[in-house]
Amino acid sequence: MNNDLALLSWTIFLPTAAAAVLGVGFRDENPNSIRAMRWFTAGVTFVTMILSFLIYQRFDPAQAGMQLVSVKSWIPSWNVEYRLGVDGISMPLILLTTVITFLSALASWSITRQVRGYMILFLLLETGMLGVFMALDFFLFYVFWEVMLLPMYFLIGIWGGPRREYAAIKFFLYTLAGGVLMLIAMLMFYFNSGNNFNLVELAEMARAGTVFSREMQIIAFVLLFIGFAIKLPSFPFHTWLPDAHVEAPTPISMILAGVLLKMGGYGILRIAMPLCPYGTQVAAYALVAIGAFSIIYGAFAALAQTDFKRLVAYSSVSHMGYVLIGMAVWKIGEGGELIGRDYWNMGINGAMFQMLAHGVSSAGMFFMVGVVYDRVHHRDLNQFGGLMQKMPLYSGFAIVLFFAGLGLPGLCGFIGEVFVVLSSWNYSPLLAIIAASGVILTAAYILWTIQRVYLGPEYRGPHPEALSEMNEREFSVAFTLSALAVVLGIVPNTMFRLMENTTDQLTRTMQQGYEATREEPAVELSLTQESPFPALPNR
Amino acid sequence: MSESVQQLLMWLIPGAPLTAAILIALFGPKVLRGQSHWLCWLGIATAFGCSLALLTSITPEGFAVDPSQPAVVIGYEWIKVGSLDIRIDLRADAMTSIMLSMVTGVSLLVAIFGSGYMHHDPGYPRFFAAVSLFVFSMCMLVLAGSFLMLFVFWEAVGLCSYLLIGFWFRKPSAAAAAKKAFVVNRIGDFGLLMAMFLIWRTFGSLDFDWVLNSGSTEWQMIIGANRETITLICLCLFLGAMGKSAQFPLHVWLPDAMEGPTPVSALIHAATMVTAGVYLVARCTPLFVWAPTAQLVVAGVGAATALIAALTALMQYDLKRVMAYSTVSQLGFMFMALGAAAAGPEYVTPAVTAAMFHLFTHAFFKALLFLGSGSVMHSMGDVIDMRRFSGLRRVMPTTHWTFLAGAAALAGVPPLSGFFSKDDILASLSAGMTHGDHRLYFAIIFLVAVLTAVLTAFYTFRAYFMTFWGPEKFPEEAGAHPHEASPVMAIPLQILALLAISIGFIVGPLTHRFSSYLAHTMGLSETHPHLHWGLMLLSTAIAASGIYAAFVMYVRSPAKAEEARLRSGRLYDLSQNKFYFDEILTTLVVAPLRRLAALSVSFDRTVIDGAVDAVGRLPRLLSQAPARLHGGVVGNYALVMLLAATAAVVFVVQALGRQ
Repeated sequence: MNNDLALLSWTIFLPTAAAAVLGVGFRDENPNSIRAMRWFTAGVTFVTMILSFLIYQRFDPAQAGMQLVSVKSWIPSWNVEYRLGVDGISMPLILLTTVITFLSALASWSITRQVRGYMILFLLLETGMLGVFMALDFFLFYVFWEVMLLPMYFLIGIWGGPRREYAAIKFFLYTLAGGVLMLIAMLMFYFNSGNNFNLVELAEMARAGTVFSREMQIIAFVLLFIGFAIKLPSFPFHTWLPDAHVEAPTPISMILAGVLLKMGGYGILRIAMPLCPYGTQVAAYALVAIGAFSIIYGAFAALAQTDFKRLVAYSSVSHMGYVLIGMAVWKIGEGGELIGRDYWNMGINGAMFQMLAHGVSSAGMFFMVGVVYDRVHHRDLNQFGGLMQKMPLYSGFAIVLFFAGLGLPGLCGFIGEVFVVLSSWNYSPLLAIIAASGVILTAAYILWTIQRVYLGPEYRGPHPEALSEMNEREFSVAFTLSALAVVLGIVPNTMFRLMENTTDQLTRTMQQGYEATREEPAVELSLTQESPFPALPNR
Repeated sequence: MSESVQQLLMWLIPGAPLTAAILIALFGPKVLRGQSHWLCWLGIATAFGCSLALLTSITPEGFAVDPSQPAVVIGYEWIKVGSLDIRIDLRADAMTSIMLSMVTGVSLLVAIFGSGYMHHDPGYPRFFAAVSLFVFSMCMLVLAGSFLMLFVFWEAVGLCSYLLIGFWFRKPSAAAAAKKAFVVNRIGDFGLLMAMFLIWRTFGSLDFDWVLNSGSTEWQMIIGANRETITLICLCLFLGAMGKSAQFPLHVWLPDAMEGPTPVSALIHAATMVTAGVYLVARCTPLFVWAPTAQLVVAGVGAATALIAALTALMQYDLKRVMAYSTVSQLGFMFMALGAAAAGPEYVTPAVTAAMFHLFTHAFFKALLFLGSGSVMHSMGDVIDMRRFSGLRRVMPTTHWTFLAGAAALAGVPPLSGFFSKDDILASLSAGMTHGDHRLYFAIIFLVAVLTAVLTAFYTFRAYFMTFWGPEKFPEEAGAHPHEASPVMAIPLQILALLAISIGFIVGPLTHRFSSYLAHTMGLSETHPHLHWGLMLLSTAIAASGIYAAFVMYVRSPAKAEEARLRSGRLYDLSQNKFYFDEILTTLVVAPLRRLAALSVSFDRTVIDGAVDAVGRLPRLLSQAPARLHGGVVGNYALVMLLAATAAVVFVVQALGRQ
C-alpha cells in the first residue's frame, strides 16, 4: 500500500523535483551547461518512463477495478483527498505519456533559447499530465488539469513561432473555458453527493441511480463534455488546435498531439460517462454524430492546407472523431435495455486504442515535420518535394508514420478505426457509413502530402543545402515511434489485454446507472433548491 | 503428405518472400546492392516450390477424405477482445493452391526478368525488397481465411503497388500515378469495409469457413432471412473488387500505373494483384448465388468495362498503355463470366471456372506481353511510343516470337491458352442467353463480349504490327545498336511464351484438369463440361477477322488506317482521349471535393474563429463603452454635467409638481 503510494507519487513528482534541481543547480550561460540540462531532462523523463513500467509490472490486467489505490488526506475540511490509482483505462495512457514525453525530451534539442526555463516548464508539464491520469479525486484531478495548462501556455507563448502570442492566448482561453465548465460540474457533484470528491464513489452513486437526478446528469454531462471536447478536440471546439500546433515548438506539438488531446478522451471516460450515465445516454446520438462530422470535417480541412503542421493538426481533429464515436455507441431499446453490449465494449476499446495509436502516429508526424523544419525553416507544402532523394532514411520513417496515420492495416492506426466503425454500425449504419467514408479522404490528404513533400524531382524551396540526413538522436526518436506504430499494429493485444476488463465493467455499471436513474421519479435539480453558492465549511 | 509437412509448406509460402523482403530492406542498400536479386529469387523460388507441393498435396488424396475441408494452419491471435477473436490463420483449398502456384510462378519469372531490366538502377535493392514484399502480401491475400485478414492484405498489396508505381518517385507523373492508384483503390476498399461490416452483422463472423459454407442449415436460415442484405453485401464486395480490378468507373488508375517499372506492370498490374477482385468475387460465389441482382450488376459492369477499355486501347500509341487497357478489358471479361452464374444453379460452376481459368491463362500471356513490351522499351532507350519505332522483328527475334505468342493468345487464336479460356467465357454467357430469367440481358452482354473480342484481336495485332513489322526504325535514344534482350530477360520470356501457347490445351477444356481441380472449392461442384464447337468456330472467326483487319491497316496498306481514322472522326477522338474519363472525374469528383475542403477552412476561419475572437474581444468592448466617456475632453465632461444637471433639475421639479 505504502509502496504503491510512493511509486505513483514518485512517478508524478519526480519531474517536479527535477525541475527544482534545474532551477537551482543549472545556469543558462554556456553550451556545456545547456547540453547538461538537455541530457538531465532526457534522463529524468527516462527514469519516469522506467517508473511507469514498474507500475505496469504491478498492474494486474485481470482485475477490472482501480488498482494500486493510494490515499493521503489533503484538505480534510473540504473532504479533499490525495487519492491516486490506475485501472485499465489509465494504465495504457500513462505508458503513452511517459514514452512520448521521453521522446519529446529527446526532440527538445531544437530549443536553443532560455533552455533552463523551457526544461523546467517541460518537466512540470509532465507532472500535470501524469497527475491527471492517476488522480481519483475530482478536486485533485482539477488541480492537475490546471497545473498542466500553465506550462503549456508559456511553452507555446515563449518558445513558439511568430504568432505565438495569439496561439497561446487562444489555447489558454479555450482551455480555461473548459476548466470553468468542469469546475461548475465538479461543484454540482460535490454538493449533490454530500461533499464528496472521490471519483470512484461518485461513480458508484451514479450507478446506484438515486443520488444524481436526470436533469442534473444531463446538465453536468453537457458541461463536462464541452470541457473535455475542447481538449479532444472535436468540432466545433477545435480551432485552438491548428494555431497552437503551428506555433508550438516541435516537442511541444508532439506532447500536445500525443498526450494532451488524450486527456479529453480520458476525461470523458473517467468522469463524464461514469458520473452521468443518464446524461451520456441522452447525448449519445449527438456525440456519435459530432464524432462522424469531425472525421469528415477535419479531413476536408486537412485537404486544403498548405502548411505542413496545420495539415497534421487537422488530421488530429479527424482522427479524434473516431474516439468520440467509439465511446458513445451505446444503443438501448424501447425499454431502456442495452442492445449489443459487445459492440459498445468494442467501441470503447477501439476508442482507447485509437487514442494510443494516434498518440504514436501524430507525435511521429509532428516530429517528422519538426526534423525538416529545423533544417529549412519553413513548412510550406508547396515548396517541398524530393526529400526522398536527399534524406532517404528520414523519408522512409516518415512514410511509415504517415501510413500509420492513414490507417494502413499492420500499422497502429487501422485497428482503432475498424473497431470504432464496426461498433458504430450497430448504433447507426448511416453514421457508420459517414465515418467509414473518412478512409478515402484520409488517404487523399496523406498521400497528397507524401507526394508533395517526399516524392518529386528535387527540393526547390529555401535552404536546400541544409537537407542532411537525420543524426543519431533524431534517428532514435523516429525509429522508436515507427517501431511502436508497427508493434501496436501487429500485436494489438498487448494493449487490449490491459483495458478490456475495465471497459467491460464500465459499460456494465453505466447501463445499471442508466436503468436506475431512468426509473427514479423526477426530482428538482438540487442546485436550485439550495443556495447556488453554499456556505464554505466553518474552520 | 503428413499434416505437419503441409503446415510447414503453408508457412513457407508467405514466410520465404517476407524474410527476403526484410533482409533486402536491411542489407540491400549497404551490403547486397547489385546482388539483391538473389535473395528475392531464393525467397520466391522457395514459395513457388512449396506452392507446387501444396498443389499436389491438397489433391486428390486430401479431397478423398473430406471434399469440403480446406487445409488450415492456426496462426496467432491477432485481436482478442471480449467475444471478438481474430486470428491470423492460413487457409488453403483448391482455389488458393491454383492462385498461389500462378502468383509465385509468374513472380519468379518476373523477378528474374527484373534483374536484367533494372540493372544499373540506383534503387535496385529497393525494387527487389518491394517485389518480395508484394509476393508475401499477395500470398497472404489468397491464403486468408477470413474477410478481415483478406482486407488487411488487400491493403498491403495496394501499398506494394503504391510503392512500386512510385518507384521512380523523382518523376512527378509517377508520384501522381501512385497517389491516384491508392486513392481510387480506397474507394473500392470503402466498399469492402462496408461489406465486411454487413457480413459481421449478418453472420456474426468473418471466417470464410462459416460465412461461405453453404452446408449448414443455420447458414441457410441466415440467408433466407436476409436476402436484401446479402444483395447489399455482394454489391459492396463488388465495389471493392472494382477498385482493385480496375472496373469502370474506377479503372482510371490502372493506365496511369504504367509509370512504374515494366516488370511491376507485368506482375502487379496485369497478372496478379489486379485479379484479386476477380478472386474475391469467385471466392464469394456462395453469397453471390443468392444475389442475382448483384450478379447482373457484375456482368453489366464487366461488359461496359470490357468494351470501353477495348475501344480506348484501339487508338493508344503507348505500347504499355495498350496493354494496360487490354488488362482492364480482359478483367471485364472475367467479371462478365462471374455474372453469368445468374443463369441458374447448374451454371454457377462453369461460369466461375471460366472466369478463374481466364484469370489463370491471362496471367501468363499478359505478363508475357508486358515483359515483351519491357524488352522493347529497354532496347529502345525507354521509348515506348509505337510511332517512333517499327520493324523490330529482325533486331529482336526472341522478343518478337514470344510477343507474337502472347498476342495470339490474347487475340484468341486456337489452340493457344487465351482461345480456350475466352471460349469458356462465351459459353457461360451463351448459357445465360438461353437459360434463366435474364436472357435478353445476357444476349446483349454476349454481343458486347463478341464485339470486344474482335476489338481485342485488332488492337493487339495493331500493336504487334506497329512494333515488329514495317520498315526498321529506331528512336535516337536507342543508340547505334538496338540489342536483343539479354539471356536473363529472354529466358523468362521464352518460358512464359511456352506456357501461353500450351497451358490451354494441357489443363483446359480438352483435359478438364483445371475445372476438376477447381471444383473442390467451397461453393463449386463437380461438373462435366463439354466442348462448344460452334462457339469455338465463332471465336476463331473473331480472332481471324480482328487480326486480318489489323494486318490490312498496319502492314499491307497503311493508308487504310489513316482513312479509317478520318472516317471515324468523333470516335477516334474519344478513344485517343480515353473517353475523357480523367477530365470527367476531375470535374465531377475532385473539383467539388476541393471546393468543400476550401469551404471547411473558410468556415473555420470566419464562423468559428470569428465567434471565438468575438468572445475574446467582448471584455475589451465592455470596457470600451465606459472608456469612451472618459476620453479626457473637458468639453464632453461639461456637456455631460450640464445634461445630468438639467435632468436632475427636471426630475426634482416634476417630483415636486406631483406632490
